[in-house]
Amino acid sequence: MNWKTIKYNRYLYPALYILIIVLFIAIPYITAPYTIILLSSIFMYISLTLSWTLFSGPTGYTSLATAAFFGLGLYMAGILGDSVPLIVAVICGGLISFILAFIIGAITLRLRGIYFTIFTFGLVELIKHLMLWWEINIVGVRGRFVPRADNATVFYILLAILAALLLTTYFLKSSRYGMALSSIGSNEEAAIHIGINVVNLKIITFASSAFFIGLTGTIMATRWSYIDPYIAFDPFYSFLPPLMAIFGGLGNLFGPLLGAAVFSYLQETLITRFPYSYMLIFGLIMVITILYLPNGLIGLYQTIRQRFIGGKHADTSS
Amino acid sequence: MTSIINILVNGLILGGIYALTSVGLSMQYGVARIFNIAHGEFIMVGAFITWMLYTSFGINPLLCLVVAGPVLFILGFIVHRYLFKTLKDKTPVPTAFEGNSMLLAFGILFIIQSLGIYLWGTQIKGYSFMAYSIYLGGIRFSANRMLILFFAVFLCVLFYLFLTRTRPGKAIRAAAQDPEAASLMGVDINKMLALCFALGAMMAGFAGVLLSMAYQLQTNMGLPYTIIAIIVVVLGGLGSIPGSMLGGFILGIIGSIVNTIDPGLTLAAYYLLFMILLLVRPSGILGR
Amino acid sequence: MQILQVEGLTKNFGGLAAVSEVDFHVEEGEILGLIGPNGAGKTTTFNLIAGTYEPNSGKILFNGENLAGKKPNVICQKGLARTFQNVKVFPDMDVFQNVLLGAFFGTPEKKSRSQAKSEVEEILDFIGLSDRTDMVAGSMTLVNQKRVEVARALATKPKLLLLDELMAGLNPTEVGESMELVKRIQKKGITVIMIEHVMKAIMNICKRIIVLHHGQKIAEGTPEEISTSKTVIEVYLGE
Repeated sequence: MNWKTIKYNRYLYPALYILIIVLFIAIPYITAPYTIILLSSIFMYISLTLSWTLFSGPTGYTSLATAAFFGLGLYMAGILGDSVPLIVAVICGGLISFILAFIIGAITLRLRGIYFTIFTFGLVELIKHLMLWWEINIVGVRGRFVPRADNATVFYILLAILAALLLTTYFLKSSRYGMALSSIGSNEEAAIHIGINVVNLKIITFASSAFFIGLTGTIMATRWSYIDPYIAFDPFYSFLPPLMAIFGGLGNLFGPLLGAAVFSYLQETLITRFPYSYMLIFGLIMVITILYLPNGLIGLYQTIRQRFIGGKHADTSS
Repeated sequence: MTSIINILVNGLILGGIYALTSVGLSMQYGVARIFNIAHGEFIMVGAFITWMLYTSFGINPLLCLVVAGPVLFILGFIVHRYLFKTLKDKTPVPTAFEGNSMLLAFGILFIIQSLGIYLWGTQIKGYSFMAYSIYLGGIRFSANRMLILFFAVFLCVLFYLFLTRTRPGKAIRAAAQDPEAASLMGVDINKMLALCFALGAMMAGFAGVLLSMAYQLQTNMGLPYTIIAIIVVVLGGLGSIPGSMLGGFILGIIGSIVNTIDPGLTLAAYYLLFMILLLVRPSGILGR
Repeated sequence: MQILQVEGLTKNFGGLAAVSEVDFHVEEGEILGLIGPNGAGKTTTFNLIAGTYEPNSGKILFNGENLAGKKPNVICQKGLARTFQNVKVFPDMDVFQNVLLGAFFGTPEKKSRSQAKSEVEEILDFIGLSDRTDMVAGSMTLVNQKRVEVARALATKPKLLLLDELMAGLNPTEVGESMELVKRIQKKGITVIMIEHVMKAIMNICKRIIVLHHGQKIAEGTPEEISTSKTVIEVYLGE
């Protein structure tokens, strides 16, 4: 890393964000409803992927709990319904996920590697079945309806969540705590022994990531209008974020963003055009990504660029 | 008294299926370090092969064991040889391999399941085979389920004997305990890993064949079986084959008890047990 | 003055005593050697002092305060740093970042970025890595990775530093350089305990040596006393 790129990152990228956000704010005024809906879906996947990457990216703890926090958010929307303003419901969805993630984080501290991953996977199923039982035996009806919100509102709230998430990721990445998180992924034992409070850092980051996932879930519920435990706690939402992040490239802030954007666009168009081949194509992309694109699209781009430029300046650069 | 025996027998039947679905997964993780989320898809394929052969050609489901077993073995071998081995060569760091192999398996799950949908559709399928009751000491047992229990136990024991008594079985276990030493002794590690994965897939296929005799089939049936198998494998200790067998029966009996109290809570109880176990004793009941 | 007093330190792993009833103390400013055959419990002793493991019983008094049961990060911030037997740098970070993390988190007070950076530069200069600050730590030679680890530990401003086999795997020139380094660390006013198998090094720079065997302290004394002690020779020959 040289001085030039640091300067570039610090001033140019935030300016770019602001420009992009302004552009996005204008979108509902200038495009067709279909575009807004499509963009909202893409924003949802980007936000799930970035939230997942916030914690699992630097620490290397592969969380499969995304569906749990997403589902809690969805249910928050269903439970609160019209009783509170939408924005309050969204924040409540974030908070409940934060609290659950905080508790989960605190009790799973001892688990590492595959054990942490399967624990988080089990969490989704546990909540799903408890919810099912509760709805059937206590409420008496499975599933519930969520009052709809208009497309532009959903779009703006998602945009706001995404902007907040990007800022959080950016500031965390450039702070000492971001460095400390990466050191956990590098060598957790060494990180503890140089004075990093690994426990607190992990819990707070995990809970923050869940907060954003919960926010996203609550707002998305208004688009779906009906939810039940099978829809809300679908393990699919746990596997998508890591896949999208790897598809884009984990080493870079833009990797997961790009991965989620490209992948979700593909997904949304594939589902409508080829509903039956969709799963097959999805599986194939997944396999190809993991086998042949270990550094994702960003890595592919870098390899191609290096080959292209490297051919010219191969000797001077080394 | 009768009800207690009923609960116990139902628990054993459930446990036999759980044990059979889990041993393969346990070995795949224990030896090849692959956390195979697609395990249930191999069960699904085994079940549908049986359904197809029985309903189209009237072939006895028990005979299907010798058809589905080798088919799944070959499928498993190919999947490991061309996918997991490629991944292994590219990700030498063990922890990274574990994480990525799980995601790869998830991709495989989707591919197998969608191919299954092309072949067999999305409707619920089933057939009836030995669907009558037998009475022993005044208690009613369903014949096909007793047959399932018998074969599940028989196949598990056979599998265990294969691993402990035969040369290839011993080579697999040696490869699991110390890959470097085993390769120095002339064991071809890559072949062993592929063999082990293929055997795991074969056991899943057997489980599918037996399941199809008494339970409903659907092309999306795989994941729930995978999840149960994961629970059993953790219960018994990741990678421990006898642990998985014991874990399967324990979970089956617990399931049968909870089922009589409130069927809606069976799965929730499994997960709760699973998560508590992970926290209290992640190495499982028979783990080291 | 005694900076560290260890009393009745015991640790069992599944019924096996890795360290049992070990007592010793460390004088402020000295370099104490800790030796013993493989499996004697040396690294376990370090792990207990640094908080990696919690002892089953016993006291670890650091400047009069009992550290037993405290978390490693807390212990580090109290001024007790360590290195590892099998080097544990952050392999994907560069040298500067490795040491910067120590400076950021090793002390209880929150430093400004510029202060932390100037501290790191000073330490890298002291350790002799100023010309390699941009190198990715994982790509460095063993001796340099060990230096990065020492630099990272020094960045946490320790009063007591635990060095676990700093010289293992190094060539004679590098061993000589590392011995110099340890002496210079002592001159900075930092007390050192070092585990070492390279006898030349330990006999040279330690004034006092402790010998562990099967988790128990079997001898303690000056290098001369240790090298002539019958019990110690028997233990080493009996290997």
